[in-house]
Amino acid sequence: MAVYSTSEFRSGLKVMLDGDPCSILENEFVKPGKGQAFNRVRMRNLKTGRVWERTFKSGDSLEGADVIDVTMQYLYNDGEHWHFMTPETFEQCQADGMIVGDAARWLREQDNCVVTLYNGMPLAVTPPNHVELEIADTDPGMRGDTATGGTKPAKLVTGAVVKVPLFLNVGDVVRVDTRTGEYLSRARE
Amino acid sequence: MTDWRPSAPFGALQRRARLLAGIRAFFAARDVLEIDVPALGLAGVTDVHIDNLVVAGEPLGYLQSSPEYFLKRLLAVHPAPIYYLGKAFRAGEQGRLHHPEFTLLEWYRPGWDDRALMDEVEALLRALGAAGAAPCPRLDYGTCFRDALGVDLHRADDIRLRTLAAEAAGQPMSRWRDEPRAICLDLLFSLRVEPRLPAGVVFVTDYPVCQAALARVVDTPDGVPVARRFEVFLDRVELANGYWELTDAAEQRRRFAVDAELRRVLDKPVRPADERLLAALDAGLPACAGVALGVDRLLMQLLGASHIREVLAFAEG
Repeated sequence: MAVYSTSEFRSGLKVMLDGDPCSILENEFVKPGKGQAFNRVRMRNLKTGRVWERTFKSGDSLEGADVIDVTMQYLYNDGEHWHFMTPETFEQCQADGMIVGDAARWLREQDNCVVTLYNGMPLAVTPPNHVELEIADTDPGMRGDTATGGTKPAKLVTGAVVKVPLFLNVGDVVRVDTRTGEYLSRARE
Repeated sequence: MTDWRPSAPFGALQRRARLLAGIRAFFAARDVLEIDVPALGLAGVTDVHIDNLVVAGEPLGYLQSSPEYFLKRLLAVHPAPIYYLGKAFRAGEQGRLHHPEFTLLEWYRPGWDDRALMDEVEALLRALGAAGAAPCPRLDYGTCFRDALGVDLHRADDIRLRTLAAEAAGQPMSRWRDEPRAICLDLLFSLRVEPRLPAGVVFVTDYPVCQAALARVVDTPDGVPVARRFEVFLDRVELANGYWELTDAAEQRRRFAVDAELRRVLDKPVRPADERLLAALDAGLPACAGVALGVDRLLMQLLGASHIREVLAFAEG
């Protein structure tokens, strides 16, 4: 794996720190006029999701991490593992609940998502920023109440619960932002 | 698309022009002479942590990281108050507060010491609108260090400082085991002390001996040797660095040799000492105090800019 010096630390670069793969978020150059230069680096530990702040002497280096993001199709869940496939190669991999985590709430079979592979093994699963999912369960819709801004909980086919406007019904398809879990609009389908 | 436009808004360039004119007016009124020394010299600096930009050619040229050596050679012949206001260059320095090419104001006062020069820095910053009417605080380095870290710097051994530095850096001690004292202090001052300095203009005085650079070392009344060096902070940003200048040629040679040795240890290119400067010191540099001030950072503060490129006409690279 390549080795990167502090001057090459850019947002998004994946490096190894204390044995864990990390993604660099921010890199600030700090230098007293006559003194040693440093880089204050914020990075996310890709295994735990925690953000670390570390200061390096400028010119120090870290080993790159073999981490790649691959767009894969979510196939099915066998009760224990989630199975994914690269559509072009038909290569498959599986990930457990620890790795899939919150993404499970948004995954519908056949949909694409991004699987982060570390040394070829799934490390994290990221759903698309926006998904369109059908409402599986909610209180009956109330006509003529589109302007008040009232909301009610609705359970989607994937299991996620989002707040939706009062007029929506079971079977309606909604567009949701997976990063915030917020309803965006009604989808035309 | 090629980004060809200026990086600073026009208002910032107008403010820059007024600032440069204000600096020149301040020194004209005090009979300090502007000297336009070369930006390109035959020698660079030995400083461990300052890297010259080297210009290919025969012989090699060095873009000057400050006008210091030229101004000191001039002082050795003409002991008059002088200043330089122009560009300086440092390789590899780039960030929110750094740019490889920047504008430096540096001046020398023969016969003055660091205390007298601090008064003049304060007067200049007041005249330029960066300091208010109230006197600016002067805090000694050791006190700032103790207040921020609870440690008596002059008594703390290297292991204690390395432990504190490793902690501040969020690094395991194993990565800091061999760091020299000066590097631990650089880190601790930047990360722990600076953020706790008062806002506005603050002078930090009496540096530890390992941070003496080109300053005289003098014993305090308590018998602690300190470097008669000061730094000026403006809203916790390092703005200027001054010395009661070392004039002893033998001591200067010794410090250059120490620099070269440290560079070897750190695997950095070793630069030859500037023999012309040493010859000038041999001939006799008058007792003097000198200070260098980052003009771009001063302008950033006056404009409330958060990145140096907002005050540079063109910040390329």
